[in-house]
Amino acid sequence: MAKTKKTETETPTGPVRRSGLFEYAPAPESPAAAGEIATSYGHFIGGEFVDSSGSEALKTVNPATEQVLAEFAQGTGEDVDRAVRAARKAFADWSALPGSERAKYLFRIARIVQERSRELAVLESIDNGKPIRETRDVDLPLVAAHFFYYAGWADKLDFAGYGPNPRPLGVAAQVIPWNFPLLMLAWKVAPALATGNTVVLKPAETTPLTALRFAEICRQAGLPKGVVNIVTGDGRTGAALTAHPDVDKVAFTGSTPVGRAIAKQVAGTRKKLSLELGGKAANIVFDDAPLDQAVEGIVNGIFFNQGHVCCAGSRLLVQESVQDELLDALKRRMGTLRVGDPLDKNTDVGAINSAEQLARITELAAAGEQEGAERWAPECELPGAGYWFRPTLFTGVSQAHRIAREEIFGPVLSVLTFRTPAEAVEKANNTPYGLSAGIWTEKGSRILWMANRLRAGVVWANTFNKFDPTSPFGGYKESGYGREGGRHGLEAYLDV
Amino acid sequence: MSETALRIDTPARIQVSKTYKLYVGGKFPRSESGRVYEVTDTKGQWLANAPLGTRKDARDAVLAARAAVKGWSGTTAYNRGQVLYRVAEMLQGRREQFAAEVAAAEGVGAKKAAALVDAAIDRWVWYAGWTDKVAQVAGGANPVAGPFFNLSTPEPTGVVGVLAPRAGYGFSLLGLVSVVAPAIATGNTVVVAAAEQAPLPALSLGEVLATSDVPGGVVNLLSGRTADLAPTLASHQDVNALDLAGAIDPEGPGAAAALEAAAADTLKRVVRPAADPSAEDWTAAPGTGRLLSFLETKTVWHPMGI
Repeated sequence: MAKTKKTETETPTGPVRRSGLFEYAPAPESPAAAGEIATSYGHFIGGEFVDSSGSEALKTVNPATEQVLAEFAQGTGEDVDRAVRAARKAFADWSALPGSERAKYLFRIARIVQERSRELAVLESIDNGKPIRETRDVDLPLVAAHFFYYAGWADKLDFAGYGPNPRPLGVAAQVIPWNFPLLMLAWKVAPALATGNTVVLKPAETTPLTALRFAEICRQAGLPKGVVNIVTGDGRTGAALTAHPDVDKVAFTGSTPVGRAIAKQVAGTRKKLSLELGGKAANIVFDDAPLDQAVEGIVNGIFFNQGHVCCAGSRLLVQESVQDELLDALKRRMGTLRVGDPLDKNTDVGAINSAEQLARITELAAAGEQEGAERWAPECELPGAGYWFRPTLFTGVSQAHRIAREEIFGPVLSVLTFRTPAEAVEKANNTPYGLSAGIWTEKGSRILWMANRLRAGVVWANTFNKFDPTSPFGGYKESGYGREGGRHGLEAYLDV
Repeated sequence: MSETALRIDTPARIQVSKTYKLYVGGKFPRSESGRVYEVTDTKGQWLANAPLGTRKDARDAVLAARAAVKGWSGTTAYNRGQVLYRVAEMLQGRREQFAAEVAAAEGVGAKKAAALVDAAIDRWVWYAGWTDKVAQVAGGANPVAGPFFNLSTPEPTGVVGVLAPRAGYGFSLLGLVSVVAPAIATGNTVVVAAAEQAPLPALSLGEVLATSDVPGGVVNLLSGRTADLAPTLASHQDVNALDLAGAIDPEGPGAAAALEAAAADTLKRVVRPAADPSAEDWTAAPGTGRLLSFLETKTVWHPMGI
């Protein structure tokens, strides 16, 4: 690690919409709580921060201000090889440790994450653009819980249903996305370590900072060197990592096109693969649903984390008979969403993670209009600097529209209608994706009937976007394969 | 402080010795009897006076345990796991004290005693990890032949009476933890009759539990005559299950058969003592036997249909 500087983060100017009803005083979290951010970072390999073999550096910016936060290394093939060798070297001792001892390291990590959760939450908000309320109340508690949960499995693998003494795979190559940087790290690292694997992890190129901070936590926990290695860089680094001949396991969370490319890349090798890819979830509202609850669920389903959620409820399927009533209520609710400074504790919708992602959302939303859907967004003032997109609603969407078929990965909701439960199932399943779905109805038997027919890995009934380390998560069809979380999540890292 | 400062010529310092007390409802009462009994080490050397817990103390403890059931069983499995892990953290900090108590209680050397304490700490960690996993191992979806959702989940049985181990390698602390932790991991509360002849590690464990976020009443620890305490727990109308690990008396009211028979009146779930309790090695891997012993399986049916 190079010289450090004091964190300076500008507050985005003039955010938030004016509500006729209430004016909120800003409740800003202090950027200084994020701790020191270095001016430049190397990789974390073999328990040390090391310089890249190459000279290329990337920059990570605060998407709410476009201010550069730090430079970090673009991992080369040589860097990746060095990290894989460190992980391989560490594997023998790590996998030979009694599970009860591995567990204690993971419990330590869970506890340190809990201790440092404010720091990590603020750092995540700054690097990612998501509201502090979400990093503080969702991301960080789940990160700690995930390590805590898998810590407990490390000495109980005999009871997990995979036969006696299931063995780890070896070195796991893990490539994670930018939407939940530290949470995705936890989903990958915790089960891998619990089962006795060692890892080389590549965080996303727009959000490397919390992973690099996590490296410090590994050191505080006294984790043996080389058990966790972190190599930064963009897709080229990721490709070098997943292609490395000495990795035994590839785990990827990200877009379906990249997942497909990785599946092709590992074809014919002995690498075990798990993929958690895109989604286009249907959030299905029946006429007997409690509409106010449903509106909250719809808003949470699509505007949580700026819609940067693979399981986002991006297609609202509403029963025709309640369409008008529901949309009126939904628009009212959207009018109260506060868009702006991610570090303001009042903020509901933060910054779009990158200029590139903003361009993609903008392009798809334009396509929605061009193809004839009706666009609506609440009046809301956006900050001058940074990447922002209004919470947006499209009505009159047909199944053929791009905004009904393609993953937008932004705060854009496409509304379709249906008349019968069978039609709802038909439309919900009419997608190459199959990650999640939502059902809103007071009738229990209908929830179960629908859930039975939906081709999706997670079905939320009268709730949405709920996550728990004990609950398996993952997709059907082109949303990927393998599960993360729960007893099921162990399988991806065991030779079974 | 320098070495020399310690060697100034003053008389040897008189230690402050501890008054051992019961642990009931999160508090440290003396026995309602106002009486104590002598506890010695394995060579007969006096160690301390332990409270002579009575039938009344046992009934009070059951009340406390019952009152704690709702809160403890209602807390999330994740939260219970963190609390149990916290016990391990606290116990780790008092390792030396417990090693001394275990050495005196079991007549083992300092090194072995320390290893037994380490194993007891690790056992808390083992059960901390079980709290949020037992439902996936012991429960699950049932593929009934019809349009029904059908799910079985384990639930705690309620108040468990525990006769702490009185024999076997590591009985005084590791054995105690091995019977208490699995019962509370799943959301039960317990009333423990500590090993009659060696109750000090158990009474000290109460001090650890009291500082570990374990709600008062979840674990209640009594010292006294097993012949008094055990039949009270076995026949108590408001105790749901009985762990007879320490029922080693060959005959009399404290014998396993008599206690099991008394427990039959209220159809308590009973875990019998080992065939040869004195041969039991509490350092052996615990498995899931005790964890699953104090659970009820609840199965929920719900129709599927439009």
